[in-house]
Amino acid sequence: MGGSLNANHLLFLGQGALWTIGLSAIALIGGGLVGFLIALARVSPNKLVRLTSGAYVQLVQGTPLLVIMFLGFFGLAALGFPMTPLAAAGASLTIYVGAYFGEIWRGCIQSVPRPQWEAAEGLGLSRTQRMLKVILPQAVRIATPPTVGFMVQIIKNTSLASVVGFVELARSGQIINNSLFEPFLIYAIVAVIYFALCFPISLLSRRLERRMGVGRAKLMPT
Amino acid sequence: MGLNLDFSVVLERWPLFLDGAVMTLELAFMAILIGGAVGTLCAVGRGSSNRFIAALCAGYVEAIRNTPLLVQIFLVYFGLASIGFKFSAFSVAAVALAINVGAYTAEIMRAGFESIPTGQIEAAEGLALSRVQVYWHVILLPAIEKVYPSLTSQFVLLMLASSVTSQISAEELTAVANYVQSDTYRAFETYILVALCYVVLSLVLRAAFWALGLILFPRRRRLGTSL
Repeated sequence: MGGSLNANHLLFLGQGALWTIGLSAIALIGGGLVGFLIALARVSPNKLVRLTSGAYVQLVQGTPLLVIMFLGFFGLAALGFPMTPLAAAGASLTIYVGAYFGEIWRGCIQSVPRPQWEAAEGLGLSRTQRMLKVILPQAVRIATPPTVGFMVQIIKNTSLASVVGFVELARSGQIINNSLFEPFLIYAIVAVIYFALCFPISLLSRRLERRMGVGRAKLMPT
Repeated sequence: MGLNLDFSVVLERWPLFLDGAVMTLELAFMAILIGGAVGTLCAVGRGSSNRFIAALCAGYVEAIRNTPLLVQIFLVYFGLASIGFKFSAFSVAAVALAINVGAYTAEIMRAGFESIPTGQIEAAEGLALSRVQVYWHVILLPAIEKVYPSLTSQFVLLMLASSVTSQISAEELTAVANYVQSDTYRAFETYILVALCYVVLSLVLRAAFWALGLILFPRRRRLGTSL
């Protein structure tokens, strides 16, 4: 066996954790952009746009992220478009996260009370103005807790980028384990690092949810 | 170079895909059965007046919900092997998935329990129902009925997540895909086909849960509410 766990190994895990954070940021930004467009398309007045975006969401939500990763890495390479692990993982996560954000945010847009839409229309605002000035500012408030909650899913899901050879936290754990063969210790450390990344975000999302509940209760006429 | 797609070499291996899909469903079924029971018990435990039990259940839920499934599977599979326990990849995969879905079930069931009005329980006690009867007829079954939609969509997500067990060589659908693509060099066609298989599986599972809901909760059917 290759000796025991030392500071270099921990440093390597730390580097992996940084890549996990980086990949999560890529997925959050990319998926956020795609998700925003999908959410708008899902409430579009055009039926074809609604159907297409709905089909996208259904297809992606019915497919495991792992298969999307394989498709992006091995699949595209076999077609003659070789991708680097980072590009394949980033693109797959963007597609995946986009579908989920799209669905979450569609719900938020639609949960803005009906009279708000009607009042905006009655004030003679155009559709774009209605969206930007009336609906979206309110939808963003409703969307904050579930969006923060979904960030935990994003961080956990970046672990699947390890299967296409992207060296993030889970993969660096695997690499170290291959030389030391102490799976319990190493994967426990990896799990603890993931927990340290995710748990504060979980707590934040729960607190936001509670505060939202209070805010909404205050808004309700008695 | 133009695209040349050839699904035929992949399609002629359909019995392998069928076996994989059956294995995926078996894994999901086992995990849902065990995880559902564990999660429900855990949700009950979180409301326990015994602080140790309540903290234990809360710790389990938080630990699982804030770490990736992949790491959990590695921990169970390689961890157990390193201390001398050897189990088949299938049983380890089923257990790891059950532990995972148990935590999510616990969280959903807790919401279900909290939605039962105290007045209902007091009324049941007033009717001299036993503790077991109260728990079963007044708390558990109505709670499951309330959270049935979230519960079943969590179970569909679990079926999709079972693809991760291909990493410890459980022979389910994704593992079959990995084998077929290395055999045929048709990676794109293989994974597209497998993605479609998963879409179909999730539709089938959702339809099955919907039908099960109609049978289990006839009251809902009479009220005419959709699932």
